[in-house]
Amino acid sequence: MALSAGVAGASAAGLTSCGKGDDEPSASGANMRTYGERAPQEKTQRVIRELSASPGTGSSRTPLQDLYGIITPSALHYERHHAGVPAIDPAKHSLLVHGLVDKPLIFTMDDIRRFPATSRITFLECGGNVVGEQRGIFPETVQGSHGLLSGSQWTGVPLGLILREAGLKPEAKWMLAEGADACRMARSIPIEKALDPEVLVAYGQNGEALRPENGYPLRLIIPGWEGNTNVKWLHRLHLTAEPAMSAKETAYYTEIRPDGKAEIFTFVMEARSVITRPSGGQKLTSQGFHEIVGLAWTGRGKIRQVEVSVDNGKTWAEAELQEPVLSKALTAFRFPWRWNGEEVVIQCRCTDETGYLQPTREELIAVRGLNSGYHYNGLRPWRVKATGEVVSA
Amino acid sequence: MRKLLFLLLPLLMPAQYNLGRPATPAEIQTADITVLPDGTGLPVGHGNAVAGEVIYKSRCAVCHGPKGEGRKNEYPALVGGKGTLATPKPVKTVGSYWPYTTTVWDHINRAMPFNTPRILPPNDVYSVTAFILYLNGIVTRDQQLTEKTMPKIVMPNRDGFVPDSRPDIKAHR
Repeated sequence: MALSAGVAGASAAGLTSCGKGDDEPSASGANMRTYGERAPQEKTQRVIRELSASPGTGSSRTPLQDLYGIITPSALHYERHHAGVPAIDPAKHSLLVHGLVDKPLIFTMDDIRRFPATSRITFLECGGNVVGEQRGIFPETVQGSHGLLSGSQWTGVPLGLILREAGLKPEAKWMLAEGADACRMARSIPIEKALDPEVLVAYGQNGEALRPENGYPLRLIIPGWEGNTNVKWLHRLHLTAEPAMSAKETAYYTEIRPDGKAEIFTFVMEARSVITRPSGGQKLTSQGFHEIVGLAWTGRGKIRQVEVSVDNGKTWAEAELQEPVLSKALTAFRFPWRWNGEEVVIQCRCTDETGYLQPTREELIAVRGLNSGYHYNGLRPWRVKATGEVVSA
Repeated sequence: MRKLLFLLLPLLMPAQYNLGRPATPAEIQTADITVLPDGTGLPVGHGNAVAGEVIYKSRCAVCHGPKGEGRKNEYPALVGGKGTLATPKPVKTVGSYWPYTTTVWDHINRAMPFNTPRILPPNDVYSVTAFILYLNGIVTRDQQLTEKTMPKIVMPNRDGFVPDSRPDIKAHR
């Protein structure tokens, strides 16, 4: 028999020494790897959408329909870049803290890693996730509709410890956080939030260094707040008395109301849930038992309850929440279901620990009209056709 | 006893860790590009739409169009949209939506031209800002913008932003 070089040859040699025939399948397995890759059969990937003719500027979406649990593999974490992914040498990267402080300071990455660290599991979601559904544009898959959402364990320094080193002056009411990307993306954060012990200056994601597309080597993590405020490639913190009113906090990420006024600094991501399996683009191949699974999350704390309807919204039953149920993290839910082969609409809704109930699209539009777009959190039904195909309902 | 120690731990920790080093005024000046609505942070400089049109044509028009009309779904329009914010099709442009002249100046200064950001000297940024404001009918063609005069110009939608009202939806079944 012909053997290809490398791994196959090494395995075959091992087999022969164990007394097995050359034509028997290898029992000893492939070699070790210094940095692992998934199985070659596993193909799920992000879907990239360029938002301008400039490459690297736009978003890529997490394949929620293919994932398990509440942690998104870093390689599949959603992306939203306003001017591409910068290549940053961590040995040269630093964080400047200045403005209304007693002592302006510069921290190297080594300095930042010497602070007492903490880790926290949170969801991260783009303020523009599900932006089209308010106007009635329903993507065909959950990756297309909700894919600007991911969950990670982040590790870093509580921002307050860094600010305390510089010493805040009493007039410091806002903090402009600026990234080192080409467009120097910048957002103003109220000082009360900057001092919230939950807020991290993070260098770790899911046990290793941040991925370049997630802010390597340093980013802000503000649990429960819209993704854009979680400034990536963080290199400057400017303490000010007033918000800067930067383009990204005025021209974008503001929500137009029916009266033409726009709400600004709408930071918190309110409660949402969505069924990820079965979801649009999938197909049920037989009647009988199917587990409905999905995700719920809220920027206001913990998810208290998820309910599922499998009869076009007529009745609702409580789903099982998968532990752990963590504050401002993705919460997985499960619901046992027997499909009888008839066309049906399935959907979910969640309630968070403040008692806030996820609204229907109609309830949301009645208050906000059609133009606000950002932070849309209406229910997302899926239609299971008699053929088993799942489509947008 | 162990519990007591644990409770005392925060008090035993240093108030400061003495990490980082002082930033020099020169380092801060190089990095600090923040511009606030009252004009704080604007460098000394000047420019008008006449000069701005020349720069705009060579640096900006390729994406934003010769008259600031933008390119659909690729690059935003800078001009137009006046009176549309309360209609079914709001058009958000510098003229119709952006609240402060400093927001415009700052965005050009920090992020534009898209492929070579921060190459325009301050006078060019004043000039391009003036040209975009001119296209929107906010300044005259020869009106000179400076670090002192520009922040005083009131943008049409300056009072168009209101605080977050959420939770605004009381869902009920």
